[in-house]
Amino acid sequence: MLLDQASSLPEKRMVASRAEDLPIRVVSPKIGVLTRLGNIWLFRELLVSLVRKELRIKYKNSVLGFVWSLLNPALYLVIYYIVFQKILKNNVPLFAIFLLCGLLVWNFFSNALSSATTTIINNAGIVKKVAFPREILALASVGAAFVFFLLQAIVLVLALLVFQVAPALSYLWLIPFSLVALVLFASALAVALSAINVYLRDTQHLLELVLLAWFWATPIVYPFQELGVRLSQKHLLWLYFVNPVTVIVLTFQRALYAILGDASGPILPNYSPLWYVVQILIVIVVSLILFIGALALFGRLEGNFAEEL
Amino acid sequence: MPAAVEIQDVSKHFRLYHEKYTSLKERVIHLNKIPFEEFWALQHISFDVNWGETVGLVGHNGSGKSTLLKCIAAILQPTSGEIRVRGRVAAMLELGAGFHPELSGRENIYLNAALLGVAKRDIDLRFDDIVEFSELGPFIDNQVRYYSSGMYTRLGFAVAVNVDPDILLVDEVLAVGDENFQRKCFDKVEEFQREGRTIVFVSHSPEIVRRVCDRAYVLDHGVIVGEGTAPEAISILREYQARGSGLASMIASMQEIESDSGGQAGRMAMSVAEPEERVMVGQISVSFPSTPAAGYLNPGDPMTVTVSYTATRHISGVIVGIQLFDQKGDMVFGTDSDLMGLEPLDADLEGELEFNFPSVPVTDGLFSVAVGFTSARDQHIYDWQNQELAFKVISNGKSSGYLKLDPRLIQNGSAVPSKA
Repeated sequence: MLLDQASSLPEKRMVASRAEDLPIRVVSPKIGVLTRLGNIWLFRELLVSLVRKELRIKYKNSVLGFVWSLLNPALYLVIYYIVFQKILKNNVPLFAIFLLCGLLVWNFFSNALSSATTTIINNAGIVKKVAFPREILALASVGAAFVFFLLQAIVLVLALLVFQVAPALSYLWLIPFSLVALVLFASALAVALSAINVYLRDTQHLLELVLLAWFWATPIVYPFQELGVRLSQKHLLWLYFVNPVTVIVLTFQRALYAILGDASGPILPNYSPLWYVVQILIVIVVSLILFIGALALFGRLEGNFAEEL
Repeated sequence: MPAAVEIQDVSKHFRLYHEKYTSLKERVIHLNKIPFEEFWALQHISFDVNWGETVGLVGHNGSGKSTLLKCIAAILQPTSGEIRVRGRVAAMLELGAGFHPELSGRENIYLNAALLGVAKRDIDLRFDDIVEFSELGPFIDNQVRYYSSGMYTRLGFAVAVNVDPDILLVDEVLAVGDENFQRKCFDKVEEFQREGRTIVFVSHSPEIVRRVCDRAYVLDHGVIVGEGTAPEAISILREYQARGSGLASMIASMQEIESDSGGQAGRMAMSVAEPEERVMVGQISVSFPSTPAAGYLNPGDPMTVTVSYTATRHISGVIVGIQLFDQKGDMVFGTDSDLMGLEPLDADLEGELEFNFPSVPVTDGLFSVAVGFTSARDQHIYDWQNQELAFKVISNGKSSGYLKLDPRLIQNGSAVPSKA
C-alpha cells in the first residue's frame, strides 16, 4: 500500500503541475470567428484524416478503385471529341481539350458544394457524439473534391500530350493562384451551405438547380468570346465576372488550351497576365470575406446541430 | 490551482417540436406557428470540478445529467452561461462513435483519434497499447462492420483512454461489455485517478457511482438538488425517487437546510422532520424462507425483509414504505403501508417490522432494498435508508427476461404434457 502511494504520487504532481499551462476550451454561445479559425487550425490533422476517409470509402471494395475517377473525364473527352468534332463539326478547334479545361474546374466546384451541403447530415453520428470544429466536415468535402480534381487533371495532362497542345507558358504560373482562389471560394460556400442545410433540407435540392444554371452561366461548353463579344457591345461584360468561377475557368483555358481564336472567330479574350492576376486577387479577397461571413453564420447555427439532427 | 472544469451559470433550453418542419415549403406554410414546447434541460448550473477529482452526476432519466455532460464535452452549446475546460477532453458518450463501418480497425483508430484532436505521431506511439487494450489482435485490420458489438465497444474504449486525456467524461459506458472488460475499464479508471486525471461520470447505477466517484451532484429537472460524497448523493437520489412528484417542495426545504449547515447536504436531506420526533431505520435484512441456507433467491420464491427501527419517543401515525431497486437503479417495486390500505402504525422506542413477500417473481440480478418512514399527517420523511445489494436472485434458466411468470400451455383445449 505504501509502495503503491509512493509510486503514484509523483505522477499525480506531474499531471497537476501542467494544469496552469493547459489550453482552456470555452464552451459558450459566444465564440468569435478568430477562435473558430484557431480551432480549425488545431484540428488540421482531422481534415487530412477525413479527406483520406472520403477517398478510402468511395472506392472501398471496388476493383478499379480511383481509376473510376479518371474514366469519367476520359469518357467526356472521347464523347465530346466524337460528337462535336466528327459529327456536329463544331467551330472550336480541339473542342475536347477546350471543354475539359473548364469541365475539370467545374466538376471540382460542383462536387465540393454538393457533398459539403449534406455532410453534416450524413455525419450526424459523429456530430451528435464527438466534439470537434464541425466546419472541418465541410472543408473535408472540399478537400476530397480537390483530390479528385487532381486525379482528373491527369486525364487532361495526358490529353494535352496526345493532342500535342502546348500550354501558354507565360500564363501557366497563374494556375496555382487560380486554384487557391477557387478552393477559398468553394470553402466559403461549402461552410455556409452545410450549416443551412441542417435547418432547411431544401437547400440540397435547390443547389442542384442553381448549379445547373451556374454551369451554363460559365463559359465551359461555349467559348468566352461567343457571348463576350455580344455582352461588350451592350457594355455588359462585367456581368460575366460577377461569377468568380468564370475567372478561374478562363485562366485554365488561357493557360492550357491557349488558342485565342481561328479563322471562324474568336475563342478566348486576349487579356494580359496582369489582368488575370488582378482578377484572381479580387476573387481571393471576395472569397476571404465570404469565408469569414460563412464561419460567423456557421457559428450561429452550430449551437443546435446536435438537437436538429 | 485552477479548477479543471468551471461551470458558470449554465442553462440549456430545448425546443420540443411536435412536428418537425425542415423543408422550405413547410417552414413557409407554418411560419411563426410551428408548434413546440419550451423546455429547460438545465437551469443555472454552477460548480467547479477540481483537478484529479472524480465527480459523478446522478439523477433519474430526464434530469439533465447527460445534457450537462454533453455541454462540458462541447457537443451541445449552452443557451447561456459558460463552461471553461482545461486540457484535453476525451468524451465517452458512446463508445465507437465516429467509427466508420467501411474502414478497418486500424484506420478507425487514427480517424477517431483525429476527431479527439490527437496528432498522428502520438497515436503511432500508442498504437500497440490501443490494440492490446482492445484485445482485437489480428482483427485490427478487418473492416469494423464485421466486428461484434463487444469488439466495437472495446476498440472505442481503448482509443478514448489512450489519447492521454486530462479530463475524461464518461456516460454510462462502463455498464456495457462482459465482466472481464468491465474490470479492465475500472482498472483504467482507477489508474487515471491515481495519475491525478479528472473524471466526470454520469450514471444511474448507484453501485458504480459509489465505487468510482469522490463526490457527486444530484440533478433533478435540470437543477442541482444536492451534492455530497458518493454515498450521500445516492441517498439524496433515492429520496427523490421515493418522493416521486413532490420534488419542488423538496428542493425548497433542501436549500433551506443547506444554507443552514453547509456541506452536510447528504445527511440533511434525510432528516427533514423535527429532530425531536423521528423514526429511524435500523437494520435491514433479507431472508429466504424456502432456501434459508442458499444465500440467494430462486425466482418466484418467498422473501422476507426485516427492518428494525428506533423512535425518539412514542410516535403515532407512521407510514412505512419499501422499495426494491435493480442494479441500474431502476425501481422494481415500491409501496407503503398507506397504499397497502393499512392503518398508520404506532412506533415505540424500538421495534421490528417484517415485509413478507409470498413470491418475488424477478429473474437474475442483484437488488437493493430501501425502507423509509414518513408521517401520515404531513408526509414528512422521518428517515429513509437504502441497503445496497440486499439480495441476489439466481434463476434456474427456464426462462429469460426480467420476470418469472408461469404460463401454462394449452393445445386445443388440453394441457401439453410435461417431459417424462
